[in-house]
Amino acid sequence: MTGMSTTTRLPEKLAEIVDLLTLVDRAERIDLLIGIADRFRGVPSEIAEAPYADEHKVPACESEAYVWARRQDDGTPKFYFAVENPQGISAMAMAVILDESLSGVDPVQVAAVPQDLVYEIFGRELSMGKSMGLMGMVAMVKHFAKRLAAGGGA
Amino acid sequence: MSDTRPIADRGYAQPDSLVSTEWVAERLDDPSIRLVESNEDPLVYPAGHIPGAVEVDWTRDLNDPLRRDYLGREGFEALARRLGLTADTTVVFYGDRNNWWACYAYWVFHLFGHTNAKVMDGGRLKWQQEGRSLVRDVPSYDATDYAAPARDDVTIRAFRDQVLAHLDTEGSLIDVRSPEEFSGERLHMPDYPNEGALRGGHIPGAANIPWARAVDPESGTFKTADDLRSIYEQEAGLSPGDDVIVYCRIGERSSHTWFVLSRLLGYDQVRNYDGSWTEWGNLVGVPIEK
Repeated sequence: MTGMSTTTRLPEKLAEIVDLLTLVDRAERIDLLIGIADRFRGVPSEIAEAPYADEHKVPACESEAYVWARRQDDGTPKFYFAVENPQGISAMAMAVILDESLSGVDPVQVAAVPQDLVYEIFGRELSMGKSMGLMGMVAMVKHFAKRLAAGGGA
Repeated sequence: MSDTRPIADRGYAQPDSLVSTEWVAERLDDPSIRLVESNEDPLVYPAGHIPGAVEVDWTRDLNDPLRRDYLGREGFEALARRLGLTADTTVVFYGDRNNWWACYAYWVFHLFGHTNAKVMDGGRLKWQQEGRSLVRDVPSYDATDYAAPARDDVTIRAFRDQVLAHLDTEGSLIDVRSPEEFSGERLHMPDYPNEGALRGGHIPGAANIPWARAVDPESGTFKTADDLRSIYEQEAGLSPGDDVIVYCRIGERSSHTWFVLSRLLGYDQVRNYDGSWTEWGNLVGVPIEK
C-alpha cells in the first residue's frame, strides 16, 4: 500500500499529480489533462456491461460517469470507470487520475480524500455544473472505499 | 425520436439563425465565416475542434475579470480583433452541452451589435456523431481593427430593477433552472457556494421550463417550432406578443432559452436577466415564491 504525502495529506500518487498540475500554467495544465484523458479506458466487460446499474452512476455528472470498485488481494480497491459522453473529456481525465492514484491505496486513505481537490486539478474556473459532476466522481470513489474499509463489498 | 427535418422546414421565425453541420462542413475554408467554439468543459476545445475554429471561453473571454459584468466595449473589441473578426464576418457558434455556452456567447455578441451570427444546430454532439473531423491545431488569424458600439444593456438584457418593474406589470417570466432549483430544494453545491444564494425558490409568477427541453437529447438539435410552441405557449402560457424575461442562476442557461424564444419562435421582447438567481436569491427584501 502506498502512504499519505506528509505535505498535502493526500495519498502519495495523488499528491504528485496535484503538485504537478498546480505548478504549471493554465495552458500546460490543459495539455497535461488532455494527455491524461487520452489514457482513459472504459470499464472492462468482466466488471460491468452497459446498460450500467444506477447504483454506479455518479450523481450530478452530466457526462454520465459510472464508478465501480473491486477489492484486490491486498485489501486495497481497484477502481473502474465508464464515461458515456464522448465530450466528457474532464470526466475521463478525472477517472484516469482517480484510478491511477487511488487504486491500490488503503481504502481508509481513499475515503479521506477531499472532494474539492477537483479545483486543484482543474483550476477554479470550473462551472458549478462541471464541478458538481467531478466532485461527484470523487464522492463515489470515497463511498466505495468506505464500504471496502468497513469490510463490505463494493 | 430525433427530428431530421432540414432547418428551413421546422417552422422557425428566423431559420437563418441556425446552420446545419453540413452547411458548416461545406464552408470550412470560407474567410467570411469564423467558427467559434464555446464550451462548459475547458478541455473540450483543446482536445479537438472543428478545423479553423477559435475558442471563446465563457469565463476568461466574456466576463469582466474584476466586477460581475460582461466585458466592456474595449474588451469586446480586443476579443474580436484577436479572433480576426470584422463587422462583416459571419460568426458561427457551436459547443458542448446542447450549445448552451454557444448561445451564451451568441447573446453576448449581440450586446455589442454583432448580429451577423448563427448557431450550428446540434453543436459538437452532432458533429461528432456524424464522424466529422476534429483537430487540435489552434488556428491564428490576422488581427483586425474591429470597432464595436457601446454595449446595449437595454434591448436584450434585464437588470434587477427592471425585473421588479416587470413584476408590477405582471410580465412573463421563464425560470429555466432545474425543478429542484425552482422549488428551492437545491441552493448550491456543497463546499462551493460561489454560485449559490441565501434563499431558495423562484421569482413570483415565473414558469419553470428547464432550458434543455428545447433540444432533442439524441442529436442535440433544436426541436421544431411546433414542439417549442407546445412547451412555451401551451405549457408555460406565453404568447408571441408577450414581454418576457428569462433567468437561471448566472444567466447562461437562460441565454439558450432567449435564443429559442427570440430567434426560433420570433418573440420580439425577450430579455435575459443575467443577475439571475445568484442575485435575486441574495437580495434583501425582494419577493420570492416557493
